[in-house]
Amino acid sequence: MIISIKINGIHHELDSDPSTPLLWVIREQIGLTGTKFGCGIAQCGACTVHLNGIPIRSCTTPLGSVIDQEITTIEGITPPASDVLHHVQQAWLEVQVPQCGYCQSGQIMAAVALLNKNKNPNDDQINTAMKGNICRCGTYPRIKTGIKKAIQLMQANINSPKDA
Amino acid sequence: MRKLTRRAFIGTGLLASGALVIGVSIQPGNRSEKVADLIADADEYVFNIWIKISPDNTVTIIVPHAEMGQGVHTTLALMLADEMDADWDKVIISEAPAQEEYTNHMLLKGFVARDIDFPNFLINTVDGAFLKIGKIINFQVTGGSASIRFTGQLGMRISGASTRQLLIKAAAAQWQLPEKELSAQKSFIHHEKSGKKEAFFTFAQAAALLEPETNPTLKSVDQYQLMGTSPPRKDLPLKVTGEALYGMDIQLPGMKYASIKASPVFGCKVTSVDASSLKKIKGFYQVVTLENAVAVIADGFWLAKQALNKVVIKFEKNDAQNIHQKGVFEQLRYDLNQAELNNDFNIDFKTGVIPDQKIKSKDQFEATYRVPFLAHATMEPMNCTAWIHDGICEIWIGSQNPLGIKSEVADLLDIEMKNVQVYNQYLGGGFGRRSETDVALQAAWIARETTHPIKLIWTREEDIQHDFYREANLSQFKAVLNSQGKPSIWINQFLFKHHPPEASIPPYLIPNQLIQHTESTLHVPWGNWRSVDHSMHGFFIESFIDELAHLQNEDPFEYRASLLAHQPRFLKVLNKAAEKSSWHQSLPENWGRGIAIHQSFGTIVAEVVELRIIEDKIHIERVVCVADAGFAMHRDAFIAQMESGIIYGLTAALYGEITIKNGAVEQHNFHDHKMLRMDETPIIETYIINSHEKIGGAGEPSTPVIAPALVNAIFNATGKRIRTLPIQNFDLLS
Repeated sequence: MIISIKINGIHHELDSDPSTPLLWVIREQIGLTGTKFGCGIAQCGACTVHLNGIPIRSCTTPLGSVIDQEITTIEGITPPASDVLHHVQQAWLEVQVPQCGYCQSGQIMAAVALLNKNKNPNDDQINTAMKGNICRCGTYPRIKTGIKKAIQLMQANINSPKDA
Repeated sequence: MRKLTRRAFIGTGLLASGALVIGVSIQPGNRSEKVADLIADADEYVFNIWIKISPDNTVTIIVPHAEMGQGVHTTLALMLADEMDADWDKVIISEAPAQEEYTNHMLLKGFVARDIDFPNFLINTVDGAFLKIGKIINFQVTGGSASIRFTGQLGMRISGASTRQLLIKAAAAQWQLPEKELSAQKSFIHHEKSGKKEAFFTFAQAAALLEPETNPTLKSVDQYQLMGTSPPRKDLPLKVTGEALYGMDIQLPGMKYASIKASPVFGCKVTSVDASSLKKIKGFYQVVTLENAVAVIADGFWLAKQALNKVVIKFEKNDAQNIHQKGVFEQLRYDLNQAELNNDFNIDFKTGVIPDQKIKSKDQFEATYRVPFLAHATMEPMNCTAWIHDGICEIWIGSQNPLGIKSEVADLLDIEMKNVQVYNQYLGGGFGRRSETDVALQAAWIARETTHPIKLIWTREEDIQHDFYREANLSQFKAVLNSQGKPSIWINQFLFKHHPPEASIPPYLIPNQLIQHTESTLHVPWGNWRSVDHSMHGFFIESFIDELAHLQNEDPFEYRASLLAHQPRFLKVLNKAAEKSSWHQSLPENWGRGIAIHQSFGTIVAEVVELRIIEDKIHIERVVCVADAGFAMHRDAFIAQMESGIIYGLTAALYGEITIKNGAVEQHNFHDHKMLRMDETPIIETYIINSHEKIGGAGEPSTPVIAPALVNAIFNATGKRIRTLPIQNFDLLS
């Protein structure tokens, strides 16, 4: 059936089974591969995207449940044509968070959602927001430092260009 | 080092744009089976490092190792750039240059595929003058914490230094000035006396005609500009925007997706496939039966996976169906006992005099440790994209072993190796798992059945259940202590031996040692797991020595220190760990500290775990890590690897366990195969000692140390000794 969805502000009309997980639609049909497959059962967070600003696991979210709602992926966390990185991305580079990088889209999406909701989370709040995201390279200490760095950047409103 | 240096060969050439290309071979004429048919005779060489200086004076460094998170692209390029005195800001790193000019020469495919038909422009320049080159490949496997130690020290630095010397030589000729008055700085050649200064590229043409120096003088530590610093990793900008491409992310026109189910019991053949139910669903489906797996091809991965669930597959039955985890350990126990009974061991290490083991000394202390099978669980599930067309097979994958894939896929398809192209992508974690070729072979098999490019994606369940596992093992120790309470005899017996050979040898001064192993046959496939044999021997040795210390009521740090007087490097690392962890400061009740030290891949690491126990729950608060790798080439990337290895090892120590039931793996996914998460992660403090001894590895050496440091800390807090991993199976309230 034809389903209309909105990803990063762009409407797409897709001929797809409404039970298809959003993850595979985003990756295979829309072609945005920044959102990753990790477990398929909402246990690792690699597939995290935002649904109306709330972090969700796209691997277990049926396409039919998100018709015409606001879906944001890693590719859409800064406004289109924006030439600056998101504060969280910027902090991730300053702290040199990623290693293999595969889980980082999901980590960043979880961190962005946290900071949208809570401008100054404490360690417990950071742990609660981030413990759904697995990183096998063990970048957790740096992710935590990265979130704190992002808070500083947000407060100072420091932006760095994408190509820096 | 000198030996390999003399075996280095360097070739130069010019591209149409005038760019200078320098190829460096560090291990010419490798005769291993895998590469033998790619190298026709002794005059043909393996080139695996490339440098390009472009008209805009940028320096492109082609790195012969897979980037799986360890920062190896940046670190290796940094070593080369430092020796070359290249401007780091204008250094581009590539595993596969996509410049237009290369495509005419088939170089694009060659670089990516590691099988290069040496382009004519280079043959013309090089042949006769310096080298006769037929086929050039890269056989580099990424693993064994070897990239920096070998490729970096022996390859990248020599390449960089040699290139700098070429450019200086060319500049000296052009300017008619003595070489020794010239220097290189930030991609320019300088003549300080006259203030003359020209970009590297100015001399590219002239340099291409000169004979490169294969044994150049390398910088001394005080001359390092980049080595030992922490410039931002060049692969990270793409990894925060989602743009970095992993094997999983390849998209090709007309591509279809495949889902696969292999026999749950390892290696059982498919006996029947009933796919009749697929006829009722619309869309494109194709069923492919492999030897011991069935795959479904569809328009999307989800469709393929759903369809595969509807296919009824029968696998052959065999004796492995009767294997259970309990039986595995019983078998290991039996085989170890038999070896002991018949004195049928292979000796790892022997020194001093070992008395007849049948006579039990009253001062003898014994302990047996047990470790489980471990899976790798890379964050990116196994996947591979293959396309067979026009007599060639193209493979897109993130691999630690692209040449192995090339060789085995060629065998499978019965085509020549040159007709298999492997395009290596970023690896979403490797840890040894991606040195295997299984997924690529499956993908090639499936792709052979269709004209479409096929992306084969494993489910996480397939990934957990069809890994190549770190073996389950037993290790038994006997020690006899002397009048000072120190071990005078150390006997250690265990099963299995892979590598490195020294993994089971303790660093301690013990006059009489016998370390030996026997073999057993398991139906569970074995694979390299981060730090390989060290992953278990670190735990065995460092648990047992801790037990001996406690047996003597000695402080475990002091006890170790007293046995390391002959090992000043170890002692320094150990002392620093004690100092930084405030070892001698007392802790509140229910808190504990544990220490361990182990050398692997040339790097000595000591770790101190500080934890507290609340009821039966372990809260790891802090890990102090001290590492001596000789010299940390990229300081921050080295620290990141220490952190990474500790967290990887913590997951294994606390939760890691693959068990067998009816011959198959019992675990499925992250719900029943637990991983450490952020809320359980301790603060990790890493301290580097640059002793300037031989360079050691970074990717693995912190892993073997964490499990013993952790169980030693639990003992310190509770008085309970955990000899069997994982820790989660131990009841702390018992």
